[in-house]
Amino acid sequence: MKRRDSLKAITLSSLGFAGLNPQIAAAESIVPPDIKPVKIPGGRQKFEAERDAKLKADKFFTPHELRTVTVLGDIIIPADAKSGSASQAGVPAFIEFMMKDQPQWQTPMRGGIRWLDNVCVKRFEKKFADCTKAQQIEIVDEIAYPAKAKPNMSQGVSFFNMMRGFVATGFFTSPIGIKDLGYVGNTPNQWEGVPADVLKQYNLSYDE
Amino acid sequence: MDVPQIKKAAKVYDVVIVGSGAGGGMAAYQLSKAGANVALLEAGGYFDPADPKYINQLKWVYESPRRGAGTTRAFGDFDAAWGGWEIEGEPYSAAKGTEFHWFRSRMLGGRTNHWGRISLRFGPDDFKRKSLTGIGEDWPLGYEDYAPYYDKVDDLIGVFGSKEGLRDAPDGRFLPPPKPRLHELMIKKAAKGIGIPVIPSRLSILTKPIHDRGGCFYCAQCGRACQAYADFSSSSVLCIPAVKTGRVNLINNAMAREVLTDAKTGLVTGVSYVDTLTMTEQAVMGKVVVLAASTCETARLLLNSKSPRFQNGLANSSGVVGKYLNDSTGASRSAFIPSLMDRKRYNEDGVGGAHIYTPWWLDNKKLDFPRGYHIEYGGGMGMPMYGFGFGMEGRNNMVPGRDGKPKEAGGYGADLKDDFRRFYGANIGMAGRGEPVPLESNYCEIDPNTVDRYGIPTLRFNYKWSDAEIKQAKHMQDTFEEIIHAMGGIPLGKKPGPENNYGLEAPGKIIHEIGTARMGNDPKTSVLNKYSQAHDVKNLFVVDAAAFPSQGDKNVTWTILANSWRTSDYIIDQVKQKNI
Ligand SMILES: Cc1cc2nc3c(=O)[nH]c(=O)nc-3n(C[C@H](O)[C@H](O)[C@H](O)COP(=O)(O)OP(=O)(O)OC[C@H]3O[C@@H](n4cnc5c(N)ncnc54)[C@H](O)[C@@H]3O)c2cc1C
Ligand code: SF4
Repeated sequence: MKRRDSLKAITLSSLGFAGLNPQIAAAESIVPPDIKPVKIPGGRQKFEAERDAKLKADKFFTPHELRTVTVLGDIIIPADAKSGSASQAGVPAFIEFMMKDQPQWQTPMRGGIRWLDNVCVKRFEKKFADCTKAQQIEIVDEIAYPAKAKPNMSQGVSFFNMMRGFVATGFFTSPIGIKDLGYVGNTPNQWEGVPADVLKQYNLSYDE
Repeated sequence: MDVPQIKKAAKVYDVVIVGSGAGGGMAAYQLSKAGANVALLEAGGYFDPADPKYINQLKWVYESPRRGAGTTRAFGDFDAAWGGWEIEGEPYSAAKGTEFHWFRSRMLGGRTNHWGRISLRFGPDDFKRKSLTGIGEDWPLGYEDYAPYYDKVDDLIGVFGSKEGLRDAPDGRFLPPPKPRLHELMIKKAAKGIGIPVIPSRLSILTKPIHDRGGCFYCAQCGRACQAYADFSSSSVLCIPAVKTGRVNLINNAMAREVLTDAKTGLVTGVSYVDTLTMTEQAVMGKVVVLAASTCETARLLLNSKSPRFQNGLANSSGVVGKYLNDSTGASRSAFIPSLMDRKRYNEDGVGGAHIYTPWWLDNKKLDFPRGYHIEYGGGMGMPMYGFGFGMEGRNNMVPGRDGKPKEAGGYGADLKDDFRRFYGANIGMAGRGEPVPLESNYCEIDPNTVDRYGIPTLRFNYKWSDAEIKQAKHMQDTFEEIIHAMGGIPLGKKPGPENNYGLEAPGKIIHEIGTARMGNDPKTSVLNKYSQAHDVKNLFVVDAAAFPSQGDKNVTWTILANSWRTSDYIIDQVKQKNI
């Protein structure tokens, strides 16, 4: 059913019940969010706004997968003296969105989590997210350094490389991460050239 | 031809223009200012960079759920282009063993809403490649014919740059250029040391406000289109002002199907089109038709405009329509510059493009390939976008850690988090953009088997690079490494070699396609005369890059603008003289 048609159907059924049970009528008159006509934000094309709304309403990760992504994300980018952790920056939700936006990641991600769980169950009799911190780190150490990883861990290395990339992008494109990184642009200004102290530091000048 | 269900408008315009990009926008502007009544057909929707409905400028990366990834927009989620390499319902194909990628934007202003604003004049030699090298083709015009138009385009639209006095990269009437960024100063110093010139870029961005437009406020986001109109888009700078004359009827969502002709006189009488919103067939009539749907689409229109009198397609008695299609070459390399680690932070957004570039500096007579290229540069502390941090496992062992000890690549945790900070802004990139040799064997034609969603027959491409372009790409790669090494940098990834044509991008990828209805003095070997007027049909003109016999080692758009203005002047003159 097209969005328009389903809207029509809902309104009709609401009308039909209205006289019978005011409670049902009240409940039905609240149009569920996923079938509201999509508002098109500035700078978006209609098809993009509709696509985004649909992706946001869909779910990809199971609760267990989401928990695993969250634990791994905070191992990759933990809170430190300067800023918060990956999960505090909303990284798991970003990764969830990307899985739906670019489905080619779904198999490597879902399969990678399974691979990891399988290794952990064999060794610790628990899935990764249920392992102790020390056990989690033991496994991560075996897949986080491509050059010294054992050949039988190569799939884990690929998975971890992908996770490291997603977590880094998710974190450093968030408000917390941008502040941490020190990006200070995206605002009207005048470009006067490289600051004098920086020129001096690099032994460069504008007169050459 | 006369299809009964087509609704023909009673009104006859002085001029019907197809397409509102660089070429069509300039023609609409010049012709309407001169007093002509114009119908401007545009296949895409209305677009105004200053209307909040369309603005992406100054949005933060996290306002995009995909953090700027190019899922629905090839150049990122905030890019202004509506369209891309593939458009649903508008396919194209390539003959077996050949390849061509076709980037289309369907919107007022076409691809000028998000182009790179690199605004280079051709040089004197660019018009004379055949006489100078024995291969390729000469233009029927020379630099002296275009110089006054380049000047006028500079003044009307605005371009910054510096007076360099280089023979084949002629100076223009420039606004002041922005100062180089830090990595650009480093590139300049290193390249100069090995004899490669680096000069200020030439971009159509207003470092000083001109006419009624605002000045640049240095957000680095020209690709999103500028709400201050401080960069050149055909929508803001040409089409909207043209509509304001009151003499331009802009018809959006009008997909031209065919150019209509009179069977008796052989003259064009108008254009039939599909109203894409209502899917109805329409037609608009005019005394003159100007095609500016972009190089390949213009060829498609001509080839699809068949009639008993023009069985080969319109204006195609030479059989040259579609042939000599050529795109700039492109190859690139990136590098990590250790001395840029742990940089001091400050706002170095600058304009939406590099502040420096390298014009072609060598003599092809002393090289094993016939045409030159220029180099574009990238780098700096930009807004982190989708992709940031991917691939760190190939990078963070290249230099010792803060403690001076060697590091293992990859990792996780606080130490890795710190590496992202340390490496931020320490990468540069460079890309060569070169001139190919136009070949008759590279062409587009009508695909006998396929139509688009409007029922219009689609294009099939036949395109292969020759040895000339592959050798040029090899030279680019060697040059890139020389510059990187001279900077003390570390080239990233494996150096592209013969196994992948030295990183030479596939045809079409550089989006400077030209040549499918080339101009020339001989009607047997060219489609248009030196006024971009069809040899076969005197009231038909082409003002996009289909008219160009060759590419130059420059990007083509400034020449499209100059040529469209020149052609518009000629149309006005011919109407006054009652020749058309
Ligand atoms: C990302 C990017 C960066 C670029 N950077 C540079 C640069 O730095 N320097 C440079 O010189 N060039 C650059 N270019 C190339 C430049 O954009 C083109 O050369 C220029 O826009 C071509 O102008 P045009 O008028 O021929 O076509 P377009 O700008 O493509 O406009 C054609 C218009 O015609 C419309 N149209 C098409 N078919 C039909 C039809 N059948 N009926 C009605 N309307 C139709 C289209 O919708 C479009 O609006 C870049 C291009 C891209 C995509
Ligand atoms: S860099 Fe300047 S011209 Fe470009 S979009 Fe920003 S303000 Fe406008």
